[in-house]
Amino acid sequence: MSPKTLYDKIWDAHLVHEAEDGTSLLYIDRHLVHEVTSPQAFEGLRMAGRSVRAPDKTIAVPDHNVPTTLGREKPESMTEDSRIQVAALDKNAKDFGIHYYPVSDVRQGIVHIVGPEQGWTLPGMTVVCGDSHTATHGAFGALAHGIGTSEVEHVLATQTLIQKKSKNMKVEITGKLRPGVTAKDITLSVIGETGTAGGTGYVIEYCGEAIRDLSMEGRMTVCNMAIEGGARAGLIAPDEITYEYVKGRPHAPKAAQWETALTWWKTLFSDEDAHWDKVITIKGEDIAPVVTWGTSPEDVLPITDVVPDPASFKGGKVEAAKRSIEYMGLTPGQKLSDIEIDTVFIGSCTNGRIEDLRAVAEIMKGKKVKDGLRAMIVPGSGLVRAQAEEEGLADIFKEAGFEWRLAGCSMCLAMNPDQLAPGERCAATSNRNFEGRQGKGGRTHLVSPVMAAAAAITGHLTDVREMM
Amino acid sequence: MEKFTKLTGTAAPMPLVNIDTDMIIPKQFLKTIKREGLGANLFDEMRYDDDGNEIESFVLNKPAYRDAQIIVAGDNFGCGSSREHAPWALLDFGVRCVISTSFADIFFNNCFKNGILPIVLPQEEIDKLMDDASRGANAKLTVDLEEQVISGPDGGEIAFEVDAFKKHCLLNGLDDIGLTMEKAASIDTFETKAEQSRPWV
Ligand code: SF4
Repeated sequence: MSPKTLYDKIWDAHLVHEAEDGTSLLYIDRHLVHEVTSPQAFEGLRMAGRSVRAPDKTIAVPDHNVPTTLGREKPESMTEDSRIQVAALDKNAKDFGIHYYPVSDVRQGIVHIVGPEQGWTLPGMTVVCGDSHTATHGAFGALAHGIGTSEVEHVLATQTLIQKKSKNMKVEITGKLRPGVTAKDITLSVIGETGTAGGTGYVIEYCGEAIRDLSMEGRMTVCNMAIEGGARAGLIAPDEITYEYVKGRPHAPKAAQWETALTWWKTLFSDEDAHWDKVITIKGEDIAPVVTWGTSPEDVLPITDVVPDPASFKGGKVEAAKRSIEYMGLTPGQKLSDIEIDTVFIGSCTNGRIEDLRAVAEIMKGKKVKDGLRAMIVPGSGLVRAQAEEEGLADIFKEAGFEWRLAGCSMCLAMNPDQLAPGERCAATSNRNFEGRQGKGGRTHLVSPVMAAAAAITGHLTDVREMM
Repeated sequence: MEKFTKLTGTAAPMPLVNIDTDMIIPKQFLKTIKREGLGANLFDEMRYDDDGNEIESFVLNKPAYRDAQIIVAGDNFGCGSSREHAPWALLDFGVRCVISTSFADIFFNNCFKNGILPIVLPQEEIDKLMDDASRGANAKLTVDLEEQVISGPDGGEIAFEVDAFKKHCLLNGLDDIGLTMEKAASIDTFETKAEQSRPWV
């Protein structure tokens, strides 16, 4: 047999049909659904008189619109259109008989945090969701990618997806990370290296010692942003750390099935001499804590650097950089660590897990959020919130002056009331710094959780290493 | 889905790179449960000021481009969020074709599902078309999907590539789900086998 990559193996195990031109029908093991990209799909099913083919493999949770403040079960906590969208999901979940975690359920949270937490996401699976950050689930060695609403409808109706195979890219992070450097810095640095279109047409497999050393939480952070590099999906081969995380989760296999599953999972790695269409290698020790200065995730630099001069770029990027710097209200040559902020947002499917909160608490212990700064922590799920409270992290946050919220997407995309005002500047642990992403006219600097904590203390972008 | 065969229309030039789906349709318009009506808010934050007045300098607000059916864009068009609201908004505005050097993967797929043709061309060709587009309604382009050529206003022709299956669906306005349902037997067989080999799924 010819050597295969991990992607090849998962692909082959899910191939239902392949046409001569390579157009393939891929079986989908898990379909995650949220309220924003699904109403039109369910409506389409109704209009055509179709049902959900595999309701047992379909899991829904509202997350994008929901308020993250206490009292959110009251109807007046949401705007009319948000309420309609969440109510539509309630109804669709019930009518079509799919698994559902409503807002009132402690297990509710951001769809990409709930899936792994509940053991829905397992190695070797195909996972889709009408959301680009589905890439997150690749951390388990699952082929996971975002789809559009028409495809959501297609998967609901047929449990398959029409696909053409992507190319294979290997991103290797060698050696060890330096203190203060996190999974977020890895994934941002990779995008800085490849650009936001560098991964287009590829599925990325992340490997190397620095990746192996990461916890599942860290691996999810890395894969989450594969889409920001343009890749269809990001993958990390499963290992003991993966099995350890998965074991005992509500929907993970048990007893004899666990053993059968494990035997197969252990075959899920890229063969020694597998073919790669593109290889990128970065030394772990070369990665610094980074921040973004512009309005594209590729606009990334070490915190010790300065705002670049647009003239230093090539082609269309010159104009884009000029526009970014103007939008961000910065000056070329300005030190990144001199940039003052108004808001700190810690949360999202990139960095809203328990380990992220522990890391923030570590920095915040005995410290205060700078006067006048608005700082909020939004846990990724109700269970993350409960655990943080049990571990005493929530007390540290509250004492420091953070708002301690309920679970949801919140200020990651500002579809709920958590928004930046025009001109406001935010250090955010989320994944997109696009114009207006966190509120019209809002300015976003993407950072790791510990960097966000450091900024919360000083009121400006700060090298967290100075606080360690 | 509406068929796409041959389209003659005005092309709007948008040379900016990395035009993301948040720009194409900002999140405040994602709260709809319908597909229609998004055209009014296409490129909302670039198109209107804070009071809701049109920003004159924005290309689609200029008299020549108000009815544009084609967009010629900078690299990596449609990156970011997977929201299909982006192609819905383009379609609702009247745009049926976007031409760029590269597209983000999910956006690219979403276009085909909605009768919009995304065309990838090398930089030199894009430069030429960007030039044509900047001449407004005096320089209409014709996109012929059957023949896979774009004809410019001055008689020049540019050939383009398109996936054969996607082309077939567009030309005939075919719904993917119907096509896949014809393969129900293969899906059944796959499921039965998978239940044996991976019973925990
Ligand atoms: S947290 Fe942000 S990126 Fe993640 S699913 Fe929610 S909106 Fe999307």
